[in-house]
Amino acid sequence: MPEILKGSLGPEQQFKKYLSEGKFMIQKSKSLNQFFFHPRVAFPGSGERDLEWLEASGNGVVHSTTCNRRLPEKGGDFNLSLITLDEGPRMMARVEGIDPDKVEIGQKVKARISSLKGEPAIIFDVL
Amino acid sequence: MIKNDINKLRGKTAVVGLAESGCGIAAGWSAMEIMANSVHDALDDAGIKLSEVDGVFAATAFHSMAAMSLSEYLGIKPKFADGSQIGGSSFLSHILTAAMALDAGLINVAVIAYGSNQKSIGGFKTISEAMPYEAQYDPRMPVTAYALAAKRYMYEFGATREDLANIAVSARDWALLNPRAYTHNDGPLSVNDVLSARPIVDPLGKLDCCLVTDGGAAIVMTRADRAKDTKNTPIFMLGAAMEHHHRMVSEMPDLVRTSAIDSGRRAFEMSGYLPSDMDTVQLYDAFTINTLLFLEDLGFCKKGEARDLVKNNNIGPSGKLRVNTNGGGLSCVHPGMYGLFVTLEALRQLRNSSGDNVGTRLDGGWIDNAKLSVAHGNGGVLSSQVTNIWGTAETI
Repeated sequence: MPEILKGSLGPEQQFKKYLSEGKFMIQKSKSLNQFFFHPRVAFPGSGERDLEWLEASGNGVVHSTTCNRRLPEKGGDFNLSLITLDEGPRMMARVEGIDPDKVEIGQKVKARISSLKGEPAIIFDVL
Repeated sequence: MIKNDINKLRGKTAVVGLAESGCGIAAGWSAMEIMANSVHDALDDAGIKLSEVDGVFAATAFHSMAAMSLSEYLGIKPKFADGSQIGGSSFLSHILTAAMALDAGLINVAVIAYGSNQKSIGGFKTISEAMPYEAQYDPRMPVTAYALAAKRYMYEFGATREDLANIAVSARDWALLNPRAYTHNDGPLSVNDVLSARPIVDPLGKLDCCLVTDGGAAIVMTRADRAKDTKNTPIFMLGAAMEHHHRMVSEMPDLVRTSAIDSGRRAFEMSGYLPSDMDTVQLYDAFTINTLLFLEDLGFCKKGEARDLVKNNNIGPSGKLRVNTNGGGLSCVHPGMYGLFVTLEALRQLRNSSGDNVGTRLDGGWIDNAKLSVAHGNGGVLSSQVTNIWGTAETI
């Protein structure tokens, strides 16, 4: 069995590296033909390790959403949502370009790579 | 092949002593001092000497190795210790582990303890690490997670903020009957009070969220044979089960169905009783949405129907279902991890109806003839779920 840890990045760092290159990549098990998120060393629950990275379509639907109240001097209110990607997995992210309390469950959204705290971050816009 | 017979734990162990300490504000006291004080009071309540304790179970947000630190502070040398940390429900899982260790003969007397001075040193205290793939977005954990569940619940079942507010109103009504409750003198809440409270993370406002207090608690557990000659009425563990499906809310398989469905089913099965047999129902209400979810997931009503069950103060003192009779985490006490206080109230109600003096309540605060209580603990972000069923001797 090859030493997989040598000369490569763990899935978390690999994911971030892709983001820094402007690519939103998610993992898929070839045998299951099924995507998952967040990045892992094997498919959650059944352990398949035949994984490949594929670029996500970036399309998704708001599964749930909240407006997090924050003082204006600290940046003001912000949105925080769970997005179900068209590929199947769900992830946490922010929906922007709309008032943070106007995001609705079921809205179609599209990912773009922006940045938060100096690191690349996936942000969604309402379609 | 060993027969998988977890039911053999039913009725084999009992809580014989309990105490709380420093609830509310305990300025000048450390988390350890509050916890240890609770242990000594619980042992006094049991009439068991400290030197008899050979099993120690603890978890806090202040100690990375709580069971060991507590044992050292108490000056005892336990044969078995467990500091499993699965959030606020940890203590209900410690009860299951303690029952196994007692039944196996590894130990004879277990103490399970908690202590926190979070309020007097500045507010909510956690030792949770930042969650990968979430922290970047600055969620206000744990509130944001519960708000996401609440929002989805409202979407799926047409529930409203008023439905959530009903939970807080009933919890406060119970607290008004409990002189120990932090909000005992604060007067009743109206639905409008809850709706107009400062928004925290929509759809949850300040009064949808639990209190932030200091406080510690401890219980003493032993085998049924040893429980016969303790000072007060033993309360027997009839069922216990745990389950968890996620750590991060973004990984929660279904935002409106918790693993309490599984922990509850197995705990009730072990006990031989049904939810409808419970005289008191003590649920971990860190947020108003919890009570709705757990009433459904534990089987007190169908999914999506708890909003009707809690209407007209039906889970308040004048209602039919006795839920969170101390005032709950919303209106009684919440020192960061509330699990042991859920347990204390389940036990106190049964001991009071057995004739023990476990404190005073205003009229209606104690449930007459209570013989069976369910205590349900929640940890993380609707993550770990642990259900315990407690009963008086006659229910075994």
